[in-house]
Amino acid sequence: MSGRVLVGVKRVIDYAVKIRVKPDNSSVVTDGVKHSMNPFCEIAVEEAVKMKEKKFIKEVVVVSCGPQQAQETIRTALAMGADRGIHVDVTGKDYDNLGPLQVSKIMAALAKKEEAQLVILGKQAIDDDCNQTGQMTAALLDWPQGTFASEVTLEGDKMKVVREIDGGLETIKINTPAVITADLRLNTPRYATLPNIMKAKKKKIDKVKPADLGVDITSRLEVLRVDEPPHREAGVKLETVADLVDKLKEAGTI
Amino acid sequence: MANPLRGQVIKLYKTLLYLGREYPQGAAYFRGRLKSAFMKNKDVEDPEKIQKLVARGDFVIKELEALYFLRKYRAMKKRYYEPEK
Repeated sequence: MSGRVLVGVKRVIDYAVKIRVKPDNSSVVTDGVKHSMNPFCEIAVEEAVKMKEKKFIKEVVVVSCGPQQAQETIRTALAMGADRGIHVDVTGKDYDNLGPLQVSKIMAALAKKEEAQLVILGKQAIDDDCNQTGQMTAALLDWPQGTFASEVTLEGDKMKVVREIDGGLETIKINTPAVITADLRLNTPRYATLPNIMKAKKKKIDKVKPADLGVDITSRLEVLRVDEPPHREAGVKLETVADLVDKLKEAGTI
Repeated sequence: MANPLRGQVIKLYKTLLYLGREYPQGAAYFRGRLKSAFMKNKDVEDPEKIQKLVARGDFVIKELEALYFLRKYRAMKKRYYEPEK
């Protein structure tokens, strides 16, 4: 076993930013908006780094797809403890149309090329909320998958994964190599402080193009329209209980 | 000023300043408070006292990291998970 783990990270609009839709309803405003690593991807990186610290694996390779700014996200992962990074250069219209199918093809190609033992991804990105990349990557590689993982334990050449599902937890045992997607309670990601970021500047980031990996990134989807969610209407204050009963009867709820 | 500690103090300031970019009340507000906190102690000579202040700075770093984590965790939990019954 190579002892190498591949972690995918995505650069998304920061979770605390108020999202604005462009006036032409084509997409969301991204220019000048604060971006950071997808929170679930942070958890994925942390899990890989933890495995390395416990000596279960030897090398953590972090991958991000996008324009030059994707390297900032890779740098953050390197500051958290990853060993090296791979920046898959995708820009312009190609980047706008980059979705789970394209990314999973890239991850699968890289997993084979790097002879990865494990691929860890965040369960979903907070911008598109697809929750598909991990599953598609596993399917393309024909590897088992442990999705919504809240606990991962390596047991020899197998892996025990506790999954968060509706109504509780499910424990499964899968063979390696495998794909894991990280859920919120998997771990507590460490903060990439300035000293760590400085140290990480020495780590290598390779730049490749999807064509170099033999991957076709044409999208089969077209975004027709983007709208803001409906505004919540203001509540109405009532004077007496009788008024409340009348209003509820009006609304047809009683 | 005690020279070896000067480097430590500057490093602490830079680390805190970097952390302050994410501060909920704004990076500018944080920078103002950070600068005045450091300026208040600029005439401290005793190396032991300086070490104590640096340790307090390290504590603040830990507090900020915890604050940021909790904010993010609570936001994610609220957005993606059903409220517990």
